[in-house]
Amino acid sequence: MPRPHGGKLIDRHINRHIKKQLEEIKKLPKLEINTNLSEDIENIANGVFSPLNGFLCRNDLESVLNEKRLADDTPWTIPILLDVDKRDIPNVNEGDSIILKSKENGVIATIDIQEIYTFNKESLAKLVYGTTDSSHPGVANVQNMKPYVIGGNISLIKSTPSTFDKYNLSPKETRFLFKQKGWKDIVAFQTRNPPHIGHEYVQKTALTFVDGILINPIIGKKKKGDFSDEVILASYETLMKHYYLKERAVMSILRTSMKYAGPREAIHHAIMRKNFGCTHFIVGRDHAGVGNYYGPYDAHDIFSEFPDLGIIPLFFRSFSRCTKCGSVVNEKICPHDQKYHINFSGKKIRELLQNGEIPSEDMMRKEVAETILKFEKPFVE
Amino acid sequence: MAEEKDEKKFTTISIPTPLAEKIKKRIKGTGFTSLSSYVTYVLREVISGVEEEHEEAFSKEDEERVKDRLRALGYLD
Repeated sequence: MPRPHGGKLIDRHINRHIKKQLEEIKKLPKLEINTNLSEDIENIANGVFSPLNGFLCRNDLESVLNEKRLADDTPWTIPILLDVDKRDIPNVNEGDSIILKSKENGVIATIDIQEIYTFNKESLAKLVYGTTDSSHPGVANVQNMKPYVIGGNISLIKSTPSTFDKYNLSPKETRFLFKQKGWKDIVAFQTRNPPHIGHEYVQKTALTFVDGILINPIIGKKKKGDFSDEVILASYETLMKHYYLKERAVMSILRTSMKYAGPREAIHHAIMRKNFGCTHFIVGRDHAGVGNYYGPYDAHDIFSEFPDLGIIPLFFRSFSRCTKCGSVVNEKICPHDQKYHINFSGKKIRELLQNGEIPSEDMMRKEVAETILKFEKPFVE
Repeated sequence: MAEEKDEKKFTTISIPTPLAEKIKKRIKGTGFTSLSSYVTYVLREVISGVEEEHEEAFSKEDEERVKDRLRALGYLD
């Protein structure tokens, strides 16, 4: 099993590490945070973001932006930032501790404030997303960030409940599970869509060479028109029940928002899966992309900058059904002309499902399509 | 190998001149823009390669808690 990123699986649960009395903590100043930030806190506390112990300080942020690495040279590509408005934390200074709470779940964590600083939104957007175009959803999020950033270590007091708790495993749990199953080489598949035949082909091609697969859908804030989280999970449950060996495939979720940062996010996705204990990570065409902001294989090329990433990327380019071969193929194994190829169009599958129609079995398993159609509202509105 | 602090973020490392010349020839036409970027790449690769496989150290309490949860969720029999 690979070492966690940075060498150690981080655990920032307060009950395991901090002896301060909870009553004492409750007297600290409080800062209300949104869902995305509370997910970041859980991911730090559970070790998904290892080696981060908290939100980035300025030296790490600058290094991540300019070098795609933390200040200690560990590969890291996406800034994990706690943005604040100074009015929200009056009389709070560096060296203080405050409580982070959410409207829905109350007190979540504490942060020991190491640094409060400003940052340049335009430069951050340009370096992370490669654009300052506010039509890019990631750039729009940056533009909406508050002007100050708090850097410092967090300690989780209370996990926020998840609708999908059944599938919510921490890196500690996935690592233990893989060990119990006797898996040494594990491939991770990241998804934000129900599976079509092309996805199944990619997963099974990769699975052929390793011991097991972790199907790891991203659950969190999505764009309008995306499939809902419930639909993604139910459709994979169906696929796994009918078409996967139980002892070779596991599904658990990753609670985080999509940043749509293309190549940089592909590296971030790989790091998180390394922390879950995976040795390999599938990277497809335009991974974590949106619109036409990135080249189709930019997310493949970026991996060559990280010989020390510690997880092996498995690159897949195009795959389609070849009517001449009578099977799913990719560009390396099929000699036939494009006219024999049927592409797996997510858009076309979506349109058919929106009209209540079942896509052909060349595109999607019937059982999967039927599962999706059982939902009254399968898409995010 | 002599080391000398050059500036805040970088350190100068001495390598034999013939080796440096060989590397300069080798990186022509590749994506490496300098001798330093090539040497950095190789060293990062070497360092990560020597990291041993990780054996998770679970406390007895941790192990029981994780096992119970995985069983309750149906991941383990």
